[in-house]
Amino acid sequence: MTTSSSVLEFKSSTFFSPTLILYSNDLAAIEQSLQDKINRAPDFFKNSPLIIDLRDLNKSGLDISVIEVADMLRKIGMFPIGVRGGNEQQDKQAHKLSIPVDAGRENDSITATSAAASRKESGAQALEQDSAENNEFKNPSSSAGSIESISKPPEPARSMLVTQPVRSGQRIYARGDLIVMSQVSAGAEIMAEGNIHVYNTLRGRALAGVQGNTAARIFCLDLQAELISISGDYKTSEHLTEQIQKRPVQVYLQDHALIIKEIA
Amino acid sequence: MARIIVVTSGKGGVGKTTTSAAIAMGLAKRGHKTAVIDFDVGLRNLDLIMGCERRVVYDFVNVINGEASLNQALIRDKNCNQLYILPASQTRDKDALTLEGVGRVLEELSRDFQYIVCDSPAGIEKGAYLALYYADDAFVVTNPEVSSVRDSDRMLGILASKSRRAEQNEDPVKEYLLLTRYDPSRVKSGEMLGLDDVQDILSLQLLGIIPESKSVLSASNAGIPVILDEKSEAGQAYEDVVARYLGEDRPLRFIDDKRGFFRKLFGGRS
Repeated sequence: MTTSSSVLEFKSSTFFSPTLILYSNDLAAIEQSLQDKINRAPDFFKNSPLIIDLRDLNKSGLDISVIEVADMLRKIGMFPIGVRGGNEQQDKQAHKLSIPVDAGRENDSITATSAAASRKESGAQALEQDSAENNEFKNPSSSAGSIESISKPPEPARSMLVTQPVRSGQRIYARGDLIVMSQVSAGAEIMAEGNIHVYNTLRGRALAGVQGNTAARIFCLDLQAELISISGDYKTSEHLTEQIQKRPVQVYLQDHALIIKEIA
Repeated sequence: MARIIVVTSGKGGVGKTTTSAAIAMGLAKRGHKTAVIDFDVGLRNLDLIMGCERRVVYDFVNVINGEASLNQALIRDKNCNQLYILPASQTRDKDALTLEGVGRVLEELSRDFQYIVCDSPAGIEKGAYLALYYADDAFVVTNPEVSSVRDSDRMLGILASKSRRAEQNEDPVKEYLLLTRYDPSRVKSGEMLGLDDVQDILSLQLLGIIPESKSVLSASNAGIPVILDEKSEAGQAYEDVVARYLGEDRPLRFIDDKRGFFRKLFGGRS
Protein backbone atom coordinates (compact mmCIF):
# COMPACT_ATOMS: atom_id res chain seq x y z
CA MET A 1 0.00 0.00 0.00
CA THR A 2 1.48 3.29 -1.01
CA THR A 3 0.31 6.83 -1.25
CA SER A 4 -0.28 8.10 -4.75
CA SER A 5 2.93 10.15 -4.77
CA SER A 6 5.42 7.54 -3.61
CA VAL A 7 6.48 4.36 -5.32
CA LEU A 8 7.54 2.43 -2.26
CA GLU A 9 7.82 2.47 1.46
CA PHE A 10 10.00 0.64 3.97
CA LYS A 11 8.41 -0.87 7.00
CA SER A 12 9.69 -3.17 9.67
CA SER A 13 7.63 -6.29 9.96
CA THR A 14 7.76 -9.62 11.73
CA PHE A 15 7.05 -12.93 10.14
CA PHE A 16 7.31 -16.55 11.14
CA SER A 17 9.20 -19.21 9.35
CA PRO A 18 10.09 -22.81 10.12
CA THR A 19 13.65 -23.47 11.20
CA LEU A 20 15.40 -26.61 10.11
CA ILE A 21 17.70 -27.79 12.88
CA LEU A 22 20.28 -30.27 11.68
CA TYR A 23 21.77 -32.90 14.00
CA SER A 24 23.60 -34.89 11.35
CA ASN A 25 25.75 -34.06 8.38
CA ASP A 26 24.56 -37.07 6.43
CA LEU A 27 22.92 -35.31 3.49
CA ALA A 28 21.16 -38.42 2.19
CA ALA A 29 19.66 -39.14 5.58
CA ILE A 30 18.49 -35.57 5.93
CA GLU A 31 16.85 -35.64 2.53
CA GLN A 32 15.14 -38.93 3.31
CA SER A 33 13.86 -37.67 6.62
CA LEU A 34 12.61 -34.42 5.12
CA GLN A 35 10.86 -36.22 2.31
CA ASP A 36 9.03 -38.35 4.85
CA LYS A 37 7.79 -35.26 6.68
CA ILE A 38 6.73 -33.60 3.43
CA ASN A 39 4.79 -36.65 2.40
CA ARG A 40 2.87 -36.51 5.62
CA ALA A 41 1.93 -32.82 5.22
CA PRO A 42 2.60 -31.79 1.62
CA ASP A 43 0.68 -28.51 1.78
CA PHE A 44 2.44 -27.31 4.86
CA PHE A 45 5.90 -27.65 3.39
CA LYS A 46 5.11 -26.72 -0.18
CA ASN A 47 7.20 -23.66 -1.19
CA SER A 48 7.91 -23.06 2.46
CA PRO A 49 10.65 -20.62 3.44
CA LEU A 50 13.17 -22.20 5.73
CA ILE A 51 15.97 -21.17 8.01
CA ILE A 52 18.86 -23.59 8.28
CA ASP A 53 20.10 -23.86 11.84
CA LEU A 54 23.63 -25.28 12.09
CA ARG A 55 24.34 -24.51 15.74
CA ASP A 56 23.92 -28.05 17.06
CA LEU A 57 25.82 -29.49 14.16
CA ASN A 58 28.76 -27.22 14.75
CA LYS A 59 28.65 -27.85 18.47
CA SER A 60 29.11 -31.53 17.72
CA GLY A 61 31.95 -30.69 15.38
CA LEU A 62 30.19 -31.99 12.28
CA ASP A 63 30.75 -30.08 9.05
CA ILE A 64 28.34 -29.70 6.18
CA SER A 65 28.27 -27.63 3.03
CA VAL A 66 25.57 -24.97 2.98
CA ILE A 67 25.66 -25.09 -0.80
CA GLU A 68 24.78 -28.78 -0.83
CA VAL A 69 22.06 -28.37 1.82
CA ALA A 70 20.51 -25.46 -0.05
CA ASP A 71 20.58 -27.37 -3.35
CA MET A 72 18.87 -30.32 -1.74
CA LEU A 73 16.20 -28.14 -0.10
CA ARG A 74 15.42 -26.35 -3.34
CA LYS A 75 15.21 -29.67 -5.15
CA ILE A 76 12.47 -30.88 -2.83
CA GLY A 77 10.54 -27.62 -3.09
CA MET A 78 11.63 -25.50 -0.16
CA PHE A 79 13.20 -22.02 -0.04
CA PRO A 80 16.15 -21.58 2.26
CA ILE A 81 16.03 -17.92 3.37
CA GLY A 82 18.57 -17.83 6.13
CA VAL A 83 21.45 -19.55 7.84
CA ARG A 84 22.28 -19.30 11.48
CA GLY A 85 24.99 -20.76 13.68
CA GLY A 86 27.25 -21.50 10.72
CA ASN A 87 31.03 -21.39 10.89
CA GLU A 88 33.05 -18.96 8.82
CA GLN A 89 33.18 -21.28 5.84
CA GLN A 90 29.43 -21.90 5.93
CA ASP A 91 28.65 -18.19 6.25
CA LYS A 92 30.76 -17.55 3.15
CA GLN A 93 28.91 -20.23 1.26
CA ALA A 94 25.59 -18.71 2.29
CA HIS A 95 26.76 -15.32 1.08
CA LYS A 96 27.66 -16.82 -2.26
CA LEU A 97 24.09 -18.09 -2.56
CA SER A 98 22.69 -14.71 -1.43
CA ILE A 99 21.24 -16.33 1.65
CA PRO A 100 21.26 -13.99 4.68
CA VAL A 101 23.28 -15.05 7.69
CA ASP A 102 22.10 -14.53 11.25
CA ALA A 103 24.91 -14.22 13.77
CA GLY A 104 22.65 -16.13 16.09
CA ARG A 105 21.74 -14.93 19.52
CA GLU A 106 20.05 -17.38 21.85
CA ASN A 107 16.24 -17.40 22.03
CA ASP A 108 15.95 -15.29 18.99
CA SER A 109 14.48 -16.01 15.65
CA ILE A 110 15.74 -14.42 12.48
CA THR A 111 12.55 -12.47 12.20
CA ALA A 112 13.81 -9.96 14.73
CA THR A 113 16.60 -8.96 12.43
CA SER A 114 14.40 -7.07 10.08
CA ALA A 115 14.31 -4.46 12.82
CA ALA A 116 18.06 -4.60 13.05
CA ALA A 117 18.27 -3.92 9.37
CA SER A 118 16.40 -0.68 9.70
CA ARG A 119 18.91 0.49 12.30
CA LYS A 120 21.83 0.03 10.02
CA GLU A 121 23.05 3.61 9.99
CA SER A 122 25.56 3.83 12.77
CA GLY A 123 24.71 7.38 13.78
CA ALA A 124 21.80 6.51 16.00
CA GLN A 125 20.48 10.01 16.08
CA ALA A 126 20.11 12.74 13.58
CA LEU A 127 19.74 16.42 14.18
CA GLU A 128 19.01 18.21 11.02
CA GLN A 129 18.21 21.68 9.98
CA ASP A 130 15.64 21.57 7.33
CA SER A 131 12.56 23.26 6.11
CA ALA A 132 9.65 22.29 8.24
CA GLU A 133 7.50 21.92 5.20
CA ASN A 134 8.20 18.24 4.62
CA ASN A 135 5.49 16.77 6.71
CA GLU A 136 6.27 13.12 6.87
CA PHE A 137 4.21 11.76 9.64
CA LYS A 138 5.35 8.22 9.11
CA ASN A 139 8.71 6.68 8.42
CA PRO A 140 10.77 9.79 7.84
CA SER A 141 13.93 7.76 7.66
CA SER A 142 14.39 5.46 4.77
CA SER A 143 16.73 2.66 5.56
CA ALA A 144 17.22 -0.52 3.68
CA GLY A 145 18.21 -3.83 5.10
CA SER A 146 21.11 -5.55 3.46
CA ILE A 147 22.39 -9.05 3.80
CA GLU A 148 25.23 -7.93 6.01
CA SER A 149 23.07 -6.00 8.40
CA ILE A 150 20.92 -9.00 9.13
CA SER A 151 23.84 -10.53 10.94
CA LYS A 152 24.02 -7.57 13.32
CA PRO A 153 21.97 -7.63 16.50
CA PRO A 154 19.80 -4.53 16.90
CA GLU A 155 21.50 -1.77 18.85
CA PRO A 156 19.51 -0.65 21.83
CA ALA A 157 18.06 2.76 20.92
CA ARG A 158 19.68 5.50 22.96
CA SER A 159 17.76 8.49 24.16
CA MET A 160 18.69 11.93 22.92
CA LEU A 161 18.99 14.99 25.12
CA VAL A 162 18.58 18.52 23.77
CA THR A 163 19.35 21.44 26.08
CA GLN A 164 19.26 24.31 23.58
CA PRO A 165 16.00 25.87 22.43
CA VAL A 166 14.59 24.21 19.31
CA ARG A 167 13.92 27.19 17.06
CA SER A 168 11.41 27.65 14.27
CA GLY A 169 12.49 25.69 11.19
CA GLN A 170 14.73 23.27 13.08
CA ARG A 171 14.08 19.54 12.97
CA ILE A 172 15.24 16.96 15.44
CA TYR A 173 14.97 13.24 14.90
CA ALA A 174 15.73 10.75 17.67
CA ARG A 175 15.91 7.02 17.11
CA GLY A 176 15.01 6.36 20.70
CA ASP A 177 13.45 8.70 23.23
CA LEU A 178 13.82 12.45 22.87
CA ILE A 179 14.21 14.70 25.89
CA VAL A 180 14.12 18.47 25.36
CA MET A 181 14.98 20.67 28.32
CA SER A 182 14.29 23.96 26.56
CA GLN A 183 11.40 25.37 24.61
CA VAL A 184 10.28 24.10 21.22
CA SER A 185 9.24 27.04 19.06
CA ALA A 186 6.34 27.27 16.68
CA GLY A 187 7.51 26.04 13.29
CA ALA A 188 9.99 23.58 14.80
CA GLU A 189 9.53 19.83 14.41
CA ILE A 190 10.66 17.19 16.88
CA MET A 191 10.35 13.51 16.08
CA ALA A 192 11.23 10.35 17.95
CA GLU A 193 10.80 6.65 17.38
CA GLY A 194 10.19 6.44 21.12
CA ASN A 195 8.73 8.86 23.65
CA ILE A 196 9.07 12.63 23.63
CA HIS A 197 9.59 14.65 26.81
CA VAL A 198 9.59 18.45 26.73
CA TYR A 199 10.37 20.06 30.05
CA ASN A 200 9.32 23.49 28.86
CA THR A 201 6.83 25.00 26.45
CA LEU A 202 5.97 22.97 23.37
CA ARG A 203 4.80 25.24 20.57
CA GLY A 204 5.96 23.35 17.49
CA ARG A 205 5.12 19.92 16.14
CA ALA A 206 5.88 16.82 18.17
CA LEU A 207 5.69 13.36 16.61
CA ALA A 208 6.36 10.33 18.79
CA GLY A 209 6.51 6.69 17.72
CA VAL A 210 7.17 7.69 14.13
CA GLN A 211 8.17 4.15 13.15
CA GLY A 212 4.90 2.75 14.31
CA ASN A 213 5.37 2.40 18.05
CA THR A 214 1.83 2.88 19.28
CA ALA A 215 2.94 2.69 22.91
CA ALA A 216 5.02 5.87 22.59
CA ARG A 217 3.91 8.91 24.56
CA ILE A 218 4.47 12.64 24.57
CA PHE A 219 4.98 14.52 27.83
CA CYS A 220 5.28 18.27 28.13
CA LEU A 221 5.04 20.94 30.79
CA ASP A 222 3.16 23.50 28.74
CA LEU A 223 1.16 22.33 25.74
CA GLN A 224 0.76 24.93 22.99
CA ALA A 225 1.71 22.60 20.16
CA GLU A 226 0.79 23.14 16.52
CA LEU A 227 0.50 19.41 16.07
CA ILE A 228 0.97 16.29 18.14
CA SER A 229 1.17 12.81 16.71
CA ILE A 230 1.75 9.30 17.93
CA SER A 231 2.47 6.59 15.41
CA GLY A 232 0.79 8.59 12.66
CA ASP A 233 -2.39 9.50 14.52
CA TYR A 234 -2.38 13.22 14.99
CA LYS A 235 -4.22 16.27 16.25
CA THR A 236 -3.63 19.87 15.27
CA SER A 237 -3.86 22.83 17.61
CA GLU A 238 -7.34 23.47 16.28
CA HIS A 239 -8.47 20.31 17.99
CA LEU A 240 -6.76 20.88 21.30
CA THR A 241 -9.39 22.06 23.71
CA GLU A 242 -8.91 25.00 26.01
CA GLN A 243 -8.80 22.79 29.11
CA ILE A 244 -5.53 21.17 28.16
CA GLN A 245 -3.85 24.10 26.43
CA LYS A 246 -0.96 25.65 28.35
CA ARG A 247 -0.94 22.83 30.89
CA PRO A 248 1.37 19.96 31.75
CA VAL A 249 0.02 16.97 29.85
CA GLN A 250 0.78 13.53 28.58
CA VAL A 251 -0.44 12.21 25.26
CA TYR A 252 -0.94 8.57 24.44
CA LEU A 253 -2.78 6.34 22.03
CA GLN A 254 -5.79 4.25 22.93
CA ASP A 255 -7.68 2.36 20.22
CA HIS A 256 -6.26 4.69 17.56
CA ALA A 257 -7.49 7.73 19.44
CA LEU A 258 -5.12 10.31 20.85
CA ILE A 259 -5.78 10.81 24.53
CA ILE A 260 -4.47 14.02 26.07
CA LYS A 261 -4.51 14.06 29.84
CA GLU A 262 -3.39 16.69 32.27
CA ILE A 263 -0.67 15.49 34.59
CA ALA A 264 -1.99 16.26 38.01
CA MET B 1 41.26 40.44 16.59
CA ALA B 2 38.02 42.16 15.78
CA ARG B 3 34.69 41.18 17.20
CA ILE B 4 32.28 40.42 14.34
CA ILE B 5 28.68 41.47 14.93
CA VAL B 6 25.83 40.49 12.63
CA VAL B 7 22.65 42.54 12.65
CA THR B 8 19.95 40.18 11.46
CA SER B 9 16.20 39.54 11.63
CA GLY B 10 14.87 37.32 8.87
CA LYS B 11 12.06 39.74 8.21
CA GLY B 12 12.54 42.90 6.18
CA GLY B 13 11.76 46.43 7.21
CA VAL B 14 12.28 45.92 10.93
CA GLY B 15 15.26 48.26 11.25
CA LYS B 16 18.40 46.22 10.53
CA THR B 17 20.18 48.90 8.53
CA THR B 18 19.14 51.67 10.93
CA THR B 19 20.46 49.54 13.79
CA SER B 20 23.69 48.66 11.97
CA ALA B 21 24.39 52.33 11.27
CA ALA B 22 23.52 53.39 14.82
CA ILE B 23 25.56 50.81 16.70
CA ALA B 24 28.54 51.10 14.36
CA MET B 25 28.53 54.84 14.96
CA GLY B 26 28.02 54.32 18.70
CA LEU B 27 31.02 51.99 18.94
CA ALA B 28 33.20 54.27 16.82
CA LYS B 29 32.24 57.36 18.83
CA ARG B 30 33.56 55.60 21.92
CA GLY B 31 36.91 55.31 20.22
CA HIS B 32 36.67 51.75 18.88
CA LYS B 33 37.81 51.47 15.29
CA THR B 34 34.74 50.05 13.56
CA ALA B 35 33.81 48.90 10.08
CA VAL B 36 30.25 48.40 8.91
CA ILE B 37 29.58 46.20 5.89
CA ASP B 38 26.47 46.18 3.74
CA PHE B 39 25.68 42.55 2.81
CA ASP B 40 22.54 43.50 0.92
CA VAL B 41 24.09 43.18 -2.53
CA GLY B 42 21.69 44.47 -5.17
CA LEU B 43 19.62 46.48 -2.69
CA ARG B 44 22.27 48.67 -1.17
CA ASN B 45 20.93 51.01 1.51
CA LEU B 46 23.54 51.41 4.21
CA ASP B 47 25.42 54.10 2.28
CA LEU B 48 22.22 56.18 2.16
CA ILE B 49 21.59 55.84 5.88
CA MET B 50 25.21 56.73 6.55
CA GLY B 51 25.07 59.63 4.11
CA CYS B 52 28.04 58.51 2.00
CA GLU B 53 26.25 57.40 -1.17
CA ARG B 54 28.01 59.99 -3.28
CA ARG B 55 31.42 58.79 -2.26
CA VAL B 56 31.00 55.15 -3.30
CA VAL B 57 33.60 54.17 -5.89
CA TYR B 58 34.40 50.54 -5.20
CA ASP B 59 32.27 48.09 -3.25
CA PHE B 60 32.30 44.81 -1.32
CA VAL B 61 32.00 42.68 -4.48
CA ASN B 62 34.94 44.50 -6.12
CA VAL B 63 37.06 43.64 -3.09
CA ILE B 64 35.98 39.99 -3.11
CA ASN B 65 36.78 39.74 -6.82
CA GLY B 66 40.15 41.37 -6.32
CA GLU B 67 39.22 44.35 -8.52
CA ALA B 68 39.93 46.80 -5.71
CA SER B 69 41.84 46.75 -2.47
CA LEU B 70 40.04 47.00 0.84
CA ASN B 71 41.53 50.45 1.44
CA GLN B 72 40.18 51.68 -1.87
CA ALA B 73 36.67 50.48 -1.10
CA LEU B 74 36.39 51.52 2.56
CA ILE B 75 34.75 54.91 3.02
CA ARG B 76 35.66 56.91 6.10
CA ASP B 77 32.63 58.42 7.82
CA LYS B 78 32.40 62.19 7.72
CA ASN B 79 31.22 62.46 11.33
CA CYS B 80 33.61 60.07 13.00
CA ASN B 81 37.10 59.18 11.86
CA GLN B 82 37.02 55.81 13.62
CA LEU B 83 34.16 54.57 11.44
CA TYR B 84 34.48 53.04 7.97
CA ILE B 85 31.77 51.83 5.62
CA LEU B 86 32.12 49.03 3.09
CA PRO B 87 29.18 49.47 0.73
CA ALA B 88 27.38 46.74 -1.20
CA SER B 89 27.27 46.57 -4.96
CA GLN B 90 24.00 47.75 -6.44
CA THR B 91 24.49 46.20 -9.86
CA ARG B 92 25.19 42.63 -8.76
CA ASP B 93 23.23 40.02 -6.84
CA LYS B 94 23.88 37.88 -3.76
CA ASP B 95 25.60 35.18 -5.81
CA ALA B 96 28.54 37.54 -6.26
CA LEU B 97 29.40 36.87 -2.62
CA THR B 98 31.30 33.71 -1.76
CA LEU B 99 31.99 32.15 1.60
CA GLU B 100 35.75 32.24 1.07
CA GLY B 101 35.65 35.77 -0.33
CA VAL B 102 33.69 37.08 2.64
CA GLY B 103 36.01 35.21 4.99
CA ARG B 104 39.06 36.78 3.35
CA VAL B 105 37.68 40.32 3.62
CA LEU B 106 36.66 39.84 7.27
CA GLU B 107 40.05 38.43 8.11
CA GLU B 108 41.81 41.37 6.53
CA LEU B 109 39.53 43.82 8.34
CA SER B 110 40.08 41.97 11.63
CA ARG B 111 43.73 42.95 11.55
CA ASP B 112 43.18 46.63 12.25
CA PHE B 113 39.55 47.00 13.30
CA GLN B 114 38.08 46.31 16.73
CA TYR B 115 34.49 45.81 15.66
CA ILE B 116 33.02 44.71 12.35
CA VAL B 117 29.27 45.19 11.97
CA CYS B 118 27.63 43.08 9.26
CA ASP B 119 24.32 44.48 8.04
CA SER B 120 22.39 41.41 6.90
CA PRO B 121 19.82 41.43 4.11
CA ALA B 122 16.32 40.17 4.87
CA GLY B 123 15.43 36.56 4.24
CA ILE B 124 17.34 33.39 4.99
CA GLU B 125 19.04 33.03 1.63
CA LYS B 126 22.68 33.30 0.68
CA GLY B 127 23.23 36.96 1.61
CA ALA B 128 21.83 36.52 5.10
CA TYR B 129 23.70 33.25 5.56
CA LEU B 130 27.04 34.80 4.57
CA ALA B 131 26.41 37.80 6.83
CA LEU B 132 25.98 35.60 9.89
CA TYR B 133 28.42 32.81 9.08
CA TYR B 134 31.53 34.40 10.61
CA ALA B 135 29.73 36.25 13.42
CA ASP B 136 30.80 36.25 17.06
CA ASP B 137 27.76 38.19 18.24
CA ALA B 138 24.29 38.50 16.76
CA PHE B 139 21.93 41.42 17.25
CA VAL B 140 18.51 40.02 16.45
CA VAL B 141 16.30 42.93 15.46
CA THR B 142 12.63 42.23 16.10
CA ASN B 143 9.43 44.23 15.87
CA PRO B 144 6.75 43.57 18.46
CA GLU B 145 4.48 41.60 16.13
CA VAL B 146 4.04 37.87 15.59
CA SER B 147 5.50 37.41 12.12
CA SER B 148 8.66 39.31 13.02
CA VAL B 149 9.07 37.26 16.20
CA ARG B 150 8.58 34.04 14.26
CA ASP B 151 11.19 35.06 11.67
CA SER B 152 13.65 36.02 14.39
CA ASP B 153 13.14 32.63 15.98
CA ARG B 154 13.96 30.99 12.64
CA MET B 155 17.09 33.14 12.35
CA LEU B 156 18.19 32.05 15.82
CA GLY B 157 17.85 28.45 14.72
CA ILE B 158 20.10 29.13 11.75
CA LEU B 159 22.64 30.92 13.94
CA ALA B 160 22.69 27.90 16.25
CA SER B 161 23.24 25.40 13.45
CA LYS B 162 24.78 27.01 10.37
CA SER B 163 27.28 29.56 11.68
CA ARG B 164 31.01 28.93 11.64
CA ARG B 165 31.02 28.68 15.42
CA ALA B 166 28.31 26.03 15.29
CA GLU B 167 30.01 24.09 12.50
CA GLN B 168 33.36 24.08 14.26
CA ASN B 169 31.87 23.30 17.65
CA GLU B 170 33.16 26.48 19.21
CA ASP B 171 31.28 28.58 21.76
CA PRO B 172 27.97 29.48 20.18
CA VAL B 173 27.30 32.89 18.66
CA LYS B 174 26.23 35.23 21.45
CA GLU B 175 22.67 36.27 20.71
CA TYR B 176 21.09 39.55 21.78
CA LEU B 177 17.58 40.86 21.31
CA LEU B 178 16.86 44.34 20.06
CA LEU B 179 13.19 45.24 20.08
CA THR B 180 12.57 48.06 17.62
CA ARG B 181 9.60 50.24 16.64
CA TYR B 182 8.17 49.70 20.11
CA ASP B 183 5.08 51.77 20.85
CA PRO B 184 4.17 51.61 24.57
CA SER B 185 0.69 53.02 24.04
CA ARG B 186 -0.15 50.36 21.46
CA VAL B 187 1.28 47.67 23.71
CA LYS B 188 -0.94 48.91 26.48
CA SER B 189 -4.00 48.78 24.28
CA GLY B 190 -3.12 45.27 23.20
CA GLU B 191 -2.49 46.13 19.56
CA MET B 192 1.19 45.30 19.83
CA LEU B 193 3.08 42.50 21.53
CA GLY B 194 4.74 43.55 24.76
CA LEU B 195 8.30 42.82 25.81
CA ASP B 196 7.11 39.89 27.94
CA ASP B 197 5.22 38.31 25.03
CA VAL B 198 8.30 38.53 22.81
CA GLN B 199 10.65 37.22 25.48
CA ASP B 200 8.23 34.37 26.18
CA ILE B 201 8.98 33.08 22.70
CA LEU B 202 12.57 34.15 22.11
CA SER B 203 14.07 34.20 25.64
CA LEU B 204 17.19 36.16 24.72
CA GLN B 205 19.37 38.63 26.51
CA LEU B 206 17.71 42.00 25.88
CA LEU B 207 20.07 44.67 24.65
CA GLY B 208 17.50 47.39 24.32
CA ILE B 209 14.13 48.63 23.22
CA ILE B 210 14.02 51.28 20.53
CA PRO B 211 10.78 53.24 20.65
CA GLU B 212 8.89 54.07 17.48
CA SER B 213 10.06 57.55 16.68
CA LYS B 214 9.77 60.05 13.86
CA SER B 215 13.39 60.93 14.33
CA VAL B 216 14.42 57.58 12.82
CA LEU B 217 12.88 58.40 9.46
CA SER B 218 14.18 61.94 9.37
CA ALA B 219 17.66 60.76 10.34
CA SER B 220 17.55 58.16 7.53
CA ASN B 221 16.49 60.76 5.02
CA ALA B 222 19.24 63.08 6.17
CA GLY B 223 21.84 60.32 5.99
CA ILE B 224 22.85 60.70 9.63
CA PRO B 225 22.72 57.67 11.96
CA VAL B 226 19.95 58.31 14.47
CA ILE B 227 22.30 57.73 17.39
CA LEU B 228 23.81 61.15 16.62
CA ASP B 229 20.43 62.76 17.30
CA GLU B 230 20.95 62.92 21.03
CA LYS B 231 17.66 64.64 21.68
CA SER B 232 15.57 61.85 20.19
CA GLU B 233 14.38 58.89 22.24
CA ALA B 234 15.53 56.48 19.53
CA GLY B 235 19.00 58.03 19.56
CA GLN B 236 19.24 57.72 23.33
CA ALA B 237 17.92 54.16 23.22
CA TYR B 238 20.64 53.18 20.73
CA GLU B 239 23.21 54.86 22.96
CA ASP B 240 21.99 52.60 25.79
CA VAL B 241 22.23 49.56 23.51
CA VAL B 242 25.88 50.26 22.74
CA ALA B 243 26.64 50.87 26.41
CA ARG B 244 24.95 47.61 27.45
CA TYR B 245 26.75 45.70 24.74
CA LEU B 246 30.05 47.00 26.09
CA GLY B 247 29.11 45.80 29.55
CA GLU B 248 27.58 48.84 31.19
CA ASP B 249 24.48 48.43 33.29
CA ARG B 250 21.70 50.78 32.22
CA PRO B 251 18.04 50.75 33.22
CA LEU B 252 15.48 50.14 30.48
CA ARG B 253 13.91 53.32 29.16
CA PHE B 254 11.03 54.18 26.86
CA ILE B 255 8.89 51.17 27.71
CA ASP B 256 6.12 53.01 29.54
CA ASP B 257 3.37 55.03 28.02
CA LYS B 258 4.17 58.46 29.33
CA ARG B 259 1.95 60.50 27.05
CA GLY B 260 -0.02 63.00 29.07
CA PHE B 261 -3.73 62.99 29.53
CA PHE B 262 -4.38 65.78 27.04
CA ARG B 263 -2.17 64.34 24.37
CA LYS B 264 -3.98 61.05 24.70
CA LEU B 265 -7.26 62.86 24.49
CA PHE B 266 -6.33 64.67 21.32
CA GLY B 267 -4.35 61.82 19.81
CA GLY B 268 -1.04 63.67 19.71
CA ARG B 269 2.05 61.64 19.02
CA SER B 270 5.41 62.05 20.64
